[in-house]
Amino acid sequence: MRTILPFGPQHPVLPEPIHLKLVVEEEKVVEALPNLGYVHRGLEKLTDIRDYNQMVNIVERVCGICSCIHALNFCEAVEEMMKIEVPQRAHFLRVMWSEIHRIHSHLLWLGLFADGFGFESLFMQLWRIRERSMDLMEATAGNRVVISTNIVGGVRKDITEEQKTWILAEIDKIEAEVRQVEKTLLSDYTVKSRCCGKGVLTKEQAHQLGAVGPCLRGSGWAQDARMTGYAAYGQLDFEPVVEHDGDSYARCVVRFREVYTSCDLVRQALAKLPGGELAAKFKAKPEGEVWRRVEQPRGELFYYIKGNGSKFLERVRIRTPTFANIPPLLAMLPGCDLADVPVIVLSIDPCISCTER
Amino acid sequence: MLANEQAVTVDTLIPECQTRFDAGLRLVGISAVEIKTDSTFDVLYHFDKDLQVSHLRLNVPKADAVPSISGVYFAALLAENEIKDQFGVNFQNIVIDFGCTLYLEPEVVKSPFCTFTFAKKDKVKEEA
Repeated sequence: MRTILPFGPQHPVLPEPIHLKLVVEEEKVVEALPNLGYVHRGLEKLTDIRDYNQMVNIVERVCGICSCIHALNFCEAVEEMMKIEVPQRAHFLRVMWSEIHRIHSHLLWLGLFADGFGFESLFMQLWRIRERSMDLMEATAGNRVVISTNIVGGVRKDITEEQKTWILAEIDKIEAEVRQVEKTLLSDYTVKSRCCGKGVLTKEQAHQLGAVGPCLRGSGWAQDARMTGYAAYGQLDFEPVVEHDGDSYARCVVRFREVYTSCDLVRQALAKLPGGELAAKFKAKPEGEVWRRVEQPRGELFYYIKGNGSKFLERVRIRTPTFANIPPLLAMLPGCDLADVPVIVLSIDPCISCTER
Repeated sequence: MLANEQAVTVDTLIPECQTRFDAGLRLVGISAVEIKTDSTFDVLYHFDKDLQVSHLRLNVPKADAVPSISGVYFAALLAENEIKDQFGVNFQNIVIDFGCTLYLEPEVVKSPFCTFTFAKKDKVKEEA
């Protein structure tokens, strides 16, 4: 007999509201339908009354967890439209803050994931490690989450030589502490039994359904927007983390190993950090159309921007990674046990704040 | 105009999308822009293959129907429903059509991003 069960909008594993209508037969999910709109803010429309400089602060609030990367993408799009030459130092600092943001986002998710299947002590250990990345942001930018370091033309904050030494030491500690919990998270019997073979997204499905980020790379695709070389990534050694099983465990492993990649990228960025100006001076107004994409912790973030020669942009379109990962989620759920739904939903690292903008 | 952009019409949209799907292009997203000067919409479809992005541009009068590409790219369904809510673009045959209630409450009769609507005119007339 088929029954329709509501999952969300309020659920213990969901930090933000999304509603899934689950069609179940006995204890098996047959079909899932999404329902959004509980926290929609219409931020894209604010471009009518906020100029392009003010919009940097608006897009940062699309998502708290990856605020810096939203601002980076928006600034790069406007800079491309206005043909602004950004100083090299700013490019490297943008990479540094982006990767610290990725570390804090992945550790946040790994903690929530552990919490999702009842591993409370692991959740607390991961969040304890995460505090180091929050301290790094607070010390270098003055805030723990929405750091507001990016501006059109460059960055507004700099780091001293002493801070650079301290950041490198903290990154070493983060990596060492994450390595300590690696075996607990990735080899634990309970974790594996809750994640392996659950919510499988095949390689073909991942591509056809437009999956991005760890959802795409966990299904065997070596695709990461950082490979395009935006900001200073083109001057750093970088290989995307890829897993092939396509299940919740594979997505977890991708995020876990990406913490190491991010630590390495911070080290590289600081080793190659050039001197010079922090931001370029300019006088133009944005005109024309551009698109731009960067890699957020949750996947590819795509912006389309249209300017009309005034200080107000005509259109800012934001396609966030979770928005792209919802159709793949609808393909992961059919066939799974009802008890596995919360872990599978968490495995895409859903950010509803991003999705609804 | 964007690099790697191709203009399409309502008649050629689905065949062009099918060609891209068969060639292994991933749908990145769909953007809508209100063109205030001639009362039309630009609907942009963004695709990716091997980190190369290409675009299709469809320019349609505001009230005209636009065929949904969700039959080819299932992932288009959320973007099309969102644009239908926000701009009132008249997408037809979306595989899961929320009928302008993905984000909006049923009593909202105007599209908030461009104060235009096609979808609930009947309701407005009934109420009048």
